[in-house]
Amino acid sequence: MVSRAAPTTQAPPAPAGLTRDQLLEIYRYLRLTRTLEERLVALYRQSKVIGGLFRSLGQEGESVASAYALQRGRNRDILSPLIRNLGSMLVMGAQPIQILRQYMAKAEGPTRGRELNVHFNDLERGYLGQISHLGDMVPVMAGIALTFKLRGEPRVGLVYIGDGATSTGTFHEGLNFAAVQRVPLVVIAEYNRWAYSTPPEKQFAVRDLAEKAKAYGVPGVTVDGNDVLAVYEATRFAVERARGGHGVHVIEVKTYRRKGHAEHDDQHYVPKDELDWWAKENDPVDRYVKRLLQGEWAEERELRTIDAQVKTEIDEATDACVDEPLPSPESALTGVYADPPGTPRHWYRNL
Amino acid sequence: MADVTYLEALRQGLWEEMERDPSVFILGEDVGAYGGAFKVTEGFAKQFGEERVIDTPISEAAIVGAAAGAAHMGMRPVAEMQFIDFISCAYDMLTNYVATARYRAGLATPIVVRGPCGGYVRGGPFHSQNPEAAFFHTPGLKIVYPATARDAKGLIKASIRDDDPVIYLEHKWLYRRIKEQLPEGEDLLTPIGQARLAREGKDLSIVTYGATVWKALEAAEQLAKDDRLSVEVLDLRTLLPMDDAAIMRTVQKTNKVVIVHEDTRTGGIAGEIAARINEQAFEWLDGPIMRVTAHDVPLPYAPTLEDFVLPQTEDIVKAARWLAAY
Repeated sequence: MVSRAAPTTQAPPAPAGLTRDQLLEIYRYLRLTRTLEERLVALYRQSKVIGGLFRSLGQEGESVASAYALQRGRNRDILSPLIRNLGSMLVMGAQPIQILRQYMAKAEGPTRGRELNVHFNDLERGYLGQISHLGDMVPVMAGIALTFKLRGEPRVGLVYIGDGATSTGTFHEGLNFAAVQRVPLVVIAEYNRWAYSTPPEKQFAVRDLAEKAKAYGVPGVTVDGNDVLAVYEATRFAVERARGGHGVHVIEVKTYRRKGHAEHDDQHYVPKDELDWWAKENDPVDRYVKRLLQGEWAEERELRTIDAQVKTEIDEATDACVDEPLPSPESALTGVYADPPGTPRHWYRNL
Repeated sequence: MADVTYLEALRQGLWEEMERDPSVFILGEDVGAYGGAFKVTEGFAKQFGEERVIDTPISEAAIVGAAAGAAHMGMRPVAEMQFIDFISCAYDMLTNYVATARYRAGLATPIVVRGPCGGYVRGGPFHSQNPEAAFFHTPGLKIVYPATARDAKGLIKASIRDDDPVIYLEHKWLYRRIKEQLPEGEDLLTPIGQARLAREGKDLSIVTYGATVWKALEAAEQLAKDDRLSVEVLDLRTLLPMDDAAIMRTVQKTNKVVIVHEDTRTGGIAGEIAARINEQAFEWLDGPIMRVTAHDVPLPYAPTLEDFVLPQTEDIVKAARWLAAY
């Protein structure tokens, strides 16, 4: 949220209209995202994570910053994250223990073992989980934003789309519909260089994804996706523009997927020096920290304290759920419909 | 009581639900100012405003996807497919997104996707389809298919009020062909999941739905006259979830069953009904389960071709006669 308490200590004016506390809060979400994923890697290697593990390494900045530009809280703005937007979900209020339980298919997890990874939602907190069919969330979020418009609610929807998924039909249909209806929807197009193993030049013939916005008659801008504050400012502008009734806005964030499609993918198709460069020279968290310290908006000591708090939080969340049971087999049969509430068990299973 | 066509009954049902519940809205191609390709929503935009009767781009996936998003937020959208043939363009959205939403994510998605289906109208391969089998296989969806004016109204109202996604199939051959006296000023609801006995009989059962209910009734009449056969006709009304109890009741009563549908044969609903009878009423059968369906070809245009491909009253008569003598 924008209006927060005044800075607790005297410091130079903070950038992007953010308070010093907010800058530190953003740092906390960046660190939380990265540390939580590192924990998931450890659990994956112990076979505690049942399915694939999808990293957002290198993309935490744009995820956290774009979500941070929304109005958060009960029944405010809503975003629809992709697999590499763990940071966005955490900003909206998803709890690390939910992520851990979901990855480990626990009965107490947010989908009770029915769905994988970050595919879950809490519409009150403001996130709607994706399905694996890329592009589909664009029409769905257009419908959510349409509802805001129909009811005259000052709320905004935000949907992420990967560079590869801008090739889908549902992206086109959803964006076009949203643009025609002038619904309050912000589209974050993540140019992260890789759609599984496919590079952009095999995916589309434009240079920048922002160019695609022209075809829908909506503004499109390109932002350095690893510059946290730039992404925040661009999203904030688009969100408030949408809230003001001016419709759809596309923001392309140029970033880089530093891990494979999932943990199993060894990225042999990625030039090694390119990976090294992004890790050493253009890591969004490193850049953000540097900026905080150089601007004297934070002290090293404060950041280390946050790091320690985050680690403790994730340790506690892990300990609390790692030994929890998987769902009972019979629980698979409920909840396909509101009515009937359950699907009958096949009679021969009782023989 | 007034004489009401199938189309007018559907219109009335939609209109009443729009009046009753402000969260109900309509979206689709040419549904607003133009009133829909078959004029189902004529006058709606004027009465309820363009915000509740939304003309969309030619984008079936966006229509269904946006309806789903709105439904998550508590709206009750009714999405029109201009011809139901185009629902295949939204197949992904319906089967992957909408149908799974409650199960995987606990999301309510109370949408209705409706549109004109069916042949006997010289519409050719892309304006005559019966898409039920493509969706029947998907847990999470409901499918209704009214055969009468009363059910056209009762089922659209029940579908809108249902908390799960419903595909509502309306047969365009029936739109203006059948009329029925319907009570006025009464909240007419047809419960989803309940079949209707369209004609009582004791020698043989015909299980069917949609336009072929009328063909089956014609056949039953002819068989009564010419063969002195007493034929029972069961109109399923809802395909998913299927009213197994009603099917087994009629099978247990007559011991012989012909399943009739307008859709093609392979992988059609009749196969599933036959399998259920086999599982639940095998001992009651006195003859093989018969299927009368369209031939397995895309539906052709020329009257000679279409009439040959689609099941006709005479086909039902022949099959029933054969089974009765078995």
